[in-house]
Amino acid sequence: MLVRIAGNLARFLLSLLAATVLVFALMRVLPGDPAVIAAGQNASPEIVASLARQFGTDRPLPVQYWDWFSGLWRGDFGVSYVTRADISPLVADKVQVSLILVSAAMVLALAIAIPAGTLAAVRHNKPSGALVSAASQLGIAIPGFLLGIVLVSFFALRLGWLPANGWVAPGVDFAGFLSRLVLPVMALAGVQSAILVRYIRSAVLEVMHEDYLRTARAKGLSRMRALGRHGLRNAAIPVLTVTGVQFSALIIGAVVIERVFVIPGLGSMLLAAVGNRDLLTVQSVVMVLVAITLIVNLLVDVLYTVLDPRIRAAVR
Amino acid sequence: MQATPTSRRRKTGALLAAVLGATLLLSACNAGAGTGARDPQQLVVALTGEPVNLDFTTTAGAAIPQAMMANVYEGLVTVDQTGAIQPLLATGWETSADNKSYTFTLVQGATFSNGAAFDASDVKFSIERVKSDAWLNGLKSKMDVVDDVVVNSPTSVTVNLSRPSQAWLYSMTTLVGAMFDPSGVDDLANKPVGTGPYALESWARGESISLVARPDYRGAAPGIARVTLRYFADAIATTNALSSGDVDVIYNMQAPELLSSFESNPGYQVIEGTSNGEIILSMNNKAKPFNDKRVRQAVLYAIDRKSVRDTAWNGLGALVGGPVPPTDPYYEDLNELYPFDPAKARALLKEAGAENLKITFTVPTRPYATAVSEIVQSQLRDVGIDARIASAEFPAVWLDTVFNRHDYQMSVVLAVEARDVLTMFNNPDYYIGYDNSKIKAEAAAADAADTANYVAGMKNVVRTIVDDAPVDTLFIFPNISVAKAGITGLSANSVSEALNLATIAWS
Repeated sequence: MLVRIAGNLARFLLSLLAATVLVFALMRVLPGDPAVIAAGQNASPEIVASLARQFGTDRPLPVQYWDWFSGLWRGDFGVSYVTRADISPLVADKVQVSLILVSAAMVLALAIAIPAGTLAAVRHNKPSGALVSAASQLGIAIPGFLLGIVLVSFFALRLGWLPANGWVAPGVDFAGFLSRLVLPVMALAGVQSAILVRYIRSAVLEVMHEDYLRTARAKGLSRMRALGRHGLRNAAIPVLTVTGVQFSALIIGAVVIERVFVIPGLGSMLLAAVGNRDLLTVQSVVMVLVAITLIVNLLVDVLYTVLDPRIRAAVR
Repeated sequence: MQATPTSRRRKTGALLAAVLGATLLLSACNAGAGTGARDPQQLVVALTGEPVNLDFTTTAGAAIPQAMMANVYEGLVTVDQTGAIQPLLATGWETSADNKSYTFTLVQGATFSNGAAFDASDVKFSIERVKSDAWLNGLKSKMDVVDDVVVNSPTSVTVNLSRPSQAWLYSMTTLVGAMFDPSGVDDLANKPVGTGPYALESWARGESISLVARPDYRGAAPGIARVTLRYFADAIATTNALSSGDVDVIYNMQAPELLSSFESNPGYQVIEGTSNGEIILSMNNKAKPFNDKRVRQAVLYAIDRKSVRDTAWNGLGALVGGPVPPTDPYYEDLNELYPFDPAKARALLKEAGAENLKITFTVPTRPYATAVSEIVQSQLRDVGIDARIASAEFPAVWLDTVFNRHDYQMSVVLAVEARDVLTMFNNPDYYIGYDNSKIKAEAAAADAADTANYVAGMKNVVRTIVDDAPVDTLFIFPNISVAKAGITGLSANSVSEALNLATIAWS
């Protein structure tokens, strides 16, 4: 077990290291110079050169890389030369927003998808099961932002029950925070639950055909009880994998929903920073994303061993 | 035992319902509070495009002066809604007989938001700073004409120019004329210090900027004590926020197609004004095929500017026919110079041997540009010009390829700088590449002349430029605002780079 986790950690650190090089290189290949953008239209080449000197983007690339990388070790992303703001506290702020949003959405999505997916599998040859499958197909086809717009126009504009958009930190005004969280979480969870239903349905269908389930039925358990006691735990493994992948993808993929609901999350920050060619901020955000993805994978891996005694036995 | 799981399930269901209900109730109360009684000392303005930082001395972009000028910073002079120059930190000024010296008398009792007093030495400091290496904004060249600044007394200062310049006094109304305190320039990106009626209260990056009225402001207190500027990336989110009561004003709206729901609603006022921005269909005058005047003229005859504006921007925005907005002193209606005449366009193309022309049309990723590009493309196709649209990320890629490397044939861009006709056309190295030999002398003479001759001379210059067809000015970008019915004092025209908040109040 410990060896496995240590191996995971080593892989984690190596991936992070590789990511720093990759992100740094990609940002330099991108067309568009931060000094040109800061100088704007009608700037002379001298002004652009002075800005590049001030930004430090005129230094050799290895020097720039080392400057950034050595800061990373100290947990310091540095000061953005474009915004002239300390990056670390800003990123921390936005990470919090994104994590709250995506976690809430994933919890809601699972709360919908687990019963719905199981139902679709158990009744796969009945109308109710087919209905759930059809609904999930429809849910996947509807883009999240469209669902968001529909939710806003109904709940916020027509009924006036909830604010149309914006974000309040939970520490500032908790009721305001909740009211602004409801619609974006629904919009995100709508699509996610539709995706998860399909995975859960096929995972449950698969275990329903396993020998051990037939044996459990033969012992006299009802179909639901056999599934509940022996099946769901097995079906959970592929679902856990998908949930982990979706979670990581949503941290940045929620950017469309962030735009519709004017939520200052990590995705919006990344988009703005790319637009301004704010290289340091882009690098920092991407590093955080890589780290989150790797941590989620690590967690999923650990959860496998909790869920599945066979894996536990194999690693012991 | 069969009952246990069912009742447990029921309990869970009831609990879930209770939590959900409580959340909705809480949120409903909250939403109600947001739309209820309004505090007359608060205002939320929705804007597009957040400033990158707050320092316009080293960072380009319209969002910074929009929030900072007139509110946090002031100049010696300003422009009114008609575009005329008015005193601000100066109570008046006198020009020398040779028009090369301006002596300003300054207001008394003005202070900066850090408590420092404003006097003539700050004027000298501010103007000289623009000319120094501390300023890294393309607009700093507007101060090149200044020779020196002499402090006569704490309330009197003389600026000596190397030559007479009508344009210089106007540029003093813009951000290059902003007055700074020597002890307040350490962190302009985050801590602006000016003499204006508002001071920066807080800035939640990625969300909003809060400005609060200064109790020690020398003049009348602004109509609203705290103004929040909220930044939106999405046009529909902006109108939703107004409809649901989260914002009070949408200023300089970028999506005229969303206006209809407010126009018929008595709870709102839709204000259409003009701006300094011209939508310019630019052609590379130095490269084939647009180095041939006849081909450029053909483009101007081929395009029906009215239908472009009506289709792309819901019929809003003035049709002017030249690169000068109606609020400039040397404006005149030049629509008749190149009327819509596709037959003439075809004839000119034939004469130039440019039939079945294939060009690349580089379109920046901005709503106005994409809206305009398709109708322009189809009108060009009607006269035999096949324009292939290539999208360019704005500003990064557009600045790099079109503006700096001049690697383009045709493009379209909103030129927002005030009085920018000479910036665009009196410089052959500008991306348009207009040969300025015909206008150079006349433009210089006009700038050095008295006001009447300045206006007459500039009108001539503009006519010469438009006649050469270096670009097609499609229309003037309208300044559209939507505000709740109770709001007064919102400027209709965007004639300066600032959104002046101090005049706004709740009736």
